[in-house]
Amino acid sequence: MSEFADSARAVVIGCGIVGNSLAYHLTRQGWTDVVLIDKGPLPNPGGSTGHASNFIFPVDHSKEMTQLTLESQGQYIELGVNTECGGIEVARTEERMEELRRRMASAKSWGVDSARLVTPAEIKELVPFIDESILLGGFYSPTVSVVDSLRAGTLMREAAVESGALTVFASTEVAGIDVEHGRVTRVRTSRGDIEAETVVIACGVWGPLLAAMAGARIPLVPMVHQMIDIGPVPRFEKTSKAIEYPIVRDMDVLMYERQDGIGLEVGSYAHRSIQHDPEEIPSIEAAALSPTEFPFTQTDFDPQLADALDLMPEIVGDESVGVKYSINGLISLTPDGMPILGETPEVKGLWSAAAVWVKEGPGVGKSLAEWMVHGESHIDLHSSDISRFHPHQQTRAHVRARTFEAFPKTYGIVHPSEQWASDRNLRLSPMHERQKELGAVFYEAAGWERPQWYEANEPLVARYGVAAREAEWDARWWSPIINAEHLAMREHAGLFDLSAFAIFDVNGAGALDALQRAVLAQVDVAVGRVVYTPVLGRGGGFKSDLTIMRLGDDSFRIVTGGAHGMADKKLFADLLPADGSASLVDVTTAWTTIGVWGPRARDILAAVTSDDVSNEAFPFGTCRTIEIGSQLVLASRISYVGDLGWELYVPIEQGARLWDVLWEAGRPHSLTACGIGVYGTTGRLEKCYRAYAAELESEYTVVEAGMQRPKVKEQDFVGKESHLRHREEEPAAILCTLTIDDHSSASGLARYPLGREPITLRDGTPLTDAKGRRSYVTSAGTGPSVGKYILMAYLPPEYAVEGSQELAVEYMTERFPVTVDVVGPRPIFDPENARIRS
Amino acid sequence: MTPSTRKVLVVIEHADGAPTEPSLQALTFARPLAAGEPLHALAVGLAPRGLGDHGVGTLHLAEHEAFGSYAPAAVARSVVETIQRLTPSAVIAAGSELGNEVMAHVAAMLDLPLAANCVSATGADVTRIRWGGSLLEEATVHADTVLLTVQPHTVAVETTTAEEPAGELFTPELSAADLAVRVTGRVEAATGGVSLADAKVVVSAGRGAGSAEGFGIIEELAGLLGGAVGCSRAVTMAGWRPHTDQVGQTGTKIAPEIYIASGISGATQHMAGCKGAKKILAINTDPDAPIFASADYGVIGDLREVVPAISAEIRRVKGL
Amino acid sequence: MNVLTCVKRVPMTGGTIVLTEDEQAIETRHLGFTISPHEECGVEEAVRLVEAHGGESVVLTLGPAEAEEQLRDCMAIGADRAIHLVTDGEEWDPQATAAAVVDAIRADGTAYALILFGNESADAGNYQVAIRVAHALGLPVVSGIKGIGVSDGQLRCERESGGGRDVYELPLPAVVSVLEGLNLPRYPSVPGRMRAKSKPVAASIPSRPESRLERKRLVVPAGQGKQAEILGQGADAAPRVVEILQQIGVL
Repeated sequence: MSEFADSARAVVIGCGIVGNSLAYHLTRQGWTDVVLIDKGPLPNPGGSTGHASNFIFPVDHSKEMTQLTLESQGQYIELGVNTECGGIEVARTEERMEELRRRMASAKSWGVDSARLVTPAEIKELVPFIDESILLGGFYSPTVSVVDSLRAGTLMREAAVESGALTVFASTEVAGIDVEHGRVTRVRTSRGDIEAETVVIACGVWGPLLAAMAGARIPLVPMVHQMIDIGPVPRFEKTSKAIEYPIVRDMDVLMYERQDGIGLEVGSYAHRSIQHDPEEIPSIEAAALSPTEFPFTQTDFDPQLADALDLMPEIVGDESVGVKYSINGLISLTPDGMPILGETPEVKGLWSAAAVWVKEGPGVGKSLAEWMVHGESHIDLHSSDISRFHPHQQTRAHVRARTFEAFPKTYGIVHPSEQWASDRNLRLSPMHERQKELGAVFYEAAGWERPQWYEANEPLVARYGVAAREAEWDARWWSPIINAEHLAMREHAGLFDLSAFAIFDVNGAGALDALQRAVLAQVDVAVGRVVYTPVLGRGGGFKSDLTIMRLGDDSFRIVTGGAHGMADKKLFADLLPADGSASLVDVTTAWTTIGVWGPRARDILAAVTSDDVSNEAFPFGTCRTIEIGSQLVLASRISYVGDLGWELYVPIEQGARLWDVLWEAGRPHSLTACGIGVYGTTGRLEKCYRAYAAELESEYTVVEAGMQRPKVKEQDFVGKESHLRHREEEPAAILCTLTIDDHSSASGLARYPLGREPITLRDGTPLTDAKGRRSYVTSAGTGPSVGKYILMAYLPPEYAVEGSQELAVEYMTERFPVTVDVVGPRPIFDPENARIRS
Repeated sequence: MTPSTRKVLVVIEHADGAPTEPSLQALTFARPLAAGEPLHALAVGLAPRGLGDHGVGTLHLAEHEAFGSYAPAAVARSVVETIQRLTPSAVIAAGSELGNEVMAHVAAMLDLPLAANCVSATGADVTRIRWGGSLLEEATVHADTVLLTVQPHTVAVETTTAEEPAGELFTPELSAADLAVRVTGRVEAATGGVSLADAKVVVSAGRGAGSAEGFGIIEELAGLLGGAVGCSRAVTMAGWRPHTDQVGQTGTKIAPEIYIASGISGATQHMAGCKGAKKILAINTDPDAPIFASADYGVIGDLREVVPAISAEIRRVKGL
Repeated sequence: MNVLTCVKRVPMTGGTIVLTEDEQAIETRHLGFTISPHEECGVEEAVRLVEAHGGESVVLTLGPAEAEEQLRDCMAIGADRAIHLVTDGEEWDPQATAAAVVDAIRADGTAYALILFGNESADAGNYQVAIRVAHALGLPVVSGIKGIGVSDGQLRCERESGGGRDVYELPLPAVVSVLEGLNLPRYPSVPGRMRAKSKPVAASIPSRPESRLERKRLVVPAGQGKQAEILGQGADAAPRVVEILQQIGVL
């Protein structure tokens, strides 16, 4: 073993699949002085990689996860440790079949074309020892593989060492991570200190403990995944390959079975959620197996045995086949099921590469290395970004509650709008009680309880003749009341609770320059102007979109969506000048926001204020403080729903009063309380407004999204160079608005896609643009005022032709014809924007 | 029966009159308990030689035609009779298979507690091993006559100057029950190979050998060294080697000049079987494997590389 | 023939034993539990004997409520039913254990042809419960057995000794304590596991007498204080290894 390092460009802690792969890619990206350490021995230091099941099912409903997985699989193939065996997700119920049909959509949207649905007879052919009589069908992915993650890690590590850019120290335990002035400075280990300005925590279930050493938080919880290995299986003893049969995921009972040599591995997510504390993981010496292999708890597994027996009686029911090995393996789970990647918001230079499973490990390694070395990864990692967590989401109680709830859904059928049941009612707007009285149905955003619709508005459904959705799945987590509220707003006015906005004040002499540097739009505007702007990454793709109010020469207020608020906060905080001439303060919980929009909005506002709110005195795109009774209200005349109106900001403790005042004043004007169903979907889609994380992702450019302005500001800003280049190029795809021509399905039920479905030719051929990206539905929803069902999608230029009727949307394996209504940003409702400017 | 506070009786195992090493260890162990008084020893069949050098004042020799073949209860009955005659404060035997067996019979016959495999004793307070020596237990024996056995190889034999012991011959009264269980036959092991327990060199491997075939290199090295092949319990359970090759708490306890343990981490169950090795050479990929804390020499590396390299080097040195 | 096998729940320890703070027990928070390897062979032998000769295979344990897990494990590989003498988790001394086992055997009423024990438990290693039970029941007993054969009501046992095996022949009923290596125990099959769930366990709570071998505390022995002299890495170490072998005189 070489002499211990005393300094390094970066220290990566953890020699599992993630740490090995990250260290390798850092050196590949050009860093030459990387140190990799682990407290355990090599090649298996005792973490979760060592007992992983090591199989890869490429298709996930999450695009980000699928991309990471496909990238990983490519690397495993290159390393020669990928054994393709195929995999089948089988369905025992019709509900599951529907889910598998949905998976077909995800497969096509993310470009996994080999996947197909198979009949029970076809399953039997692929897996002859299965009892197909209990199955309705399956989702077959021929490219499913089993990898040797330990070997892959070793190969990557050795290659990096070989190149001279990496030094590895095993059996080296971290004793502390030093932080000075908010920046990491060194790692203290059992073998000495290493000075480093970049430290990566890539040690899985131990991550929270390491982060805590530096005062940061990695909100994951170690949970148990049970598996047993039975054998020897007579049939497998005759196979010529170690893995001859496809892996079977028995989705309805949350289990999987796979051939492993002459044995059959049976794993389960069906048992109770068994959580552990990171502090409780035993030392390597005191552990009977490895520190992350806990003693098997038979009673938790017993019920699963019967399910396994039902599916594979030939093997599982064979008296000569014994249970040879059984463990409770620790795995990392997070509150939202996604990895935890990126620089911690608490400590500069301290990075997390946590909650990563084998299937996405090398992809994460590469993407994170790109991010660290070049400032951005080629895969958009916003769903995995550690800075996404709000403070409450970092608490142990929250993490435990959500992972406890999520664990049984590991193979579950999760609706895209499905709401969490646990740890709710944490952030309540001041209007919460009023909303409850109106029968609000609350959805959660960033911990806030937000009315999605109001049951009190039920009578409007009949009044406006809104039809219910026929298919249960399409109607789940949805209500026709949303459309009725929308129509009421368009006819009269709607009152919205927007308390979940994240709000940051940027003040100081350096504020303007900092914001100019951060965003695309010109923010050196007159005081009282409101600027809507995208925020770009270095590659010119989207990092966010938000509004900035100029409240004074050196005083700006940023308003952004709650869900993405914390990531935006870090994004701006990172760009603050080093000289302290500008500050960023999170004032989210100092202000509440109430929106009032609709043709009668001005009448309502005028009724409660003596300030002049006429179009002339208070034009669109401006903000100012007005008096409403004894309240000073910051009114901002913008709209995300396409109607005349204002966002009204008041100190949070006054929110209820403002709501009441507006509510009373609105009575004569038929003011309707409207939920986020209108704000986020129907109102937005009719106006073709783009949403971050739906249409706006880092892999799409401003030009492709149709959001380029006539001129680019002179000031430098992040992504400018790329943006200028994009303006010169032909876009590879153009964001279009499509509408469905015919909703009828083979079953006779009208069907409504919910988003992320592939856009295809009418014969089902997928559309792929010049950059290799598939066309898929970025947002879907009803446009009640235009009487159409609206889809947004990026289309290759040759298909981005208004009026074109050669395309379809594929939903539940059926294709529904669509028309390309709009190419580019023109709204489908009120294209002249007369309403918002009236 | 009021025991004499200084009378200590030691049960001696011997092979044709030669006391076993653990029995001599038991004598050394017993002397402090006798507080300077000569020890009483008990043997069956032949009189063991040289007990005087180990502080024995009186040898109680049980003679009976039944002692031609081993009958544990009959030996125990002889001990019981002697205890009844002597009323000793302590009765001590080696913590060997037979010693523990005989003393268990004695304890059962007298309904007395028995502390097996002690490493030290002060009156009724004993320290005994658990988990094959991986853990110690401090315990108190609540009895006027303390029955205990001595964990082999925890006490170094020390001789003392003494007279030739006085002999007391007696013929125990053996019931049919005492003789119901006795050795009635013998199966000799197939000849060839070195017995693991007696081998001067043991070369073993754990799961790291990879397969039954993976032991080829282990057999080769053992062969070159004239030693025996050992293995861990994981290997036996996998069916790669017979249980007779298993070194460990529930396998064979070995005492070679050198134990070459490759790919063995050093779990307590295994280490309990090789405590008797004079030297341990550990070969392991993990420099922090627990076995290195019990080994004299270490090589960091994969056994599949290191073991063949050692064999090759031996061949080179020997000019083979 | 009816065969009773007595087993004891013990933790599966790792490379290092960690004690609870009061030094009365092993810290088992992260450990699984099993029975001694000797006992595993005993259970396997009992199942084989009953398969060959008919009768019933019963397992018995004295241990905490959680020890039912080990009884179910035994029934998963073929034992027919179980007797659970439920304790509060405190270890009983060997005399008390033997007495409770004897009482349970009498209360059970089954005529057992063979009562099997492991030669010694993996944890306490007292080497005496089987023999005490035999004496109390007036049955013959052999220890350290690695080979069992039954024919015509007669038991033939083999015990390793000096490079060969001693043979014992004794009448049934009898008590035998066995060693690992007696057989290669089977792994439970899944159907076996499932059957085990519904097999009967007769539980009762015996009262614990005073310990006559009274445990005061446990002590983890100091390490041998060795730190291996590292001879080298990989194949390069071979010459140094051979030097050492020559020094020791085995080459």
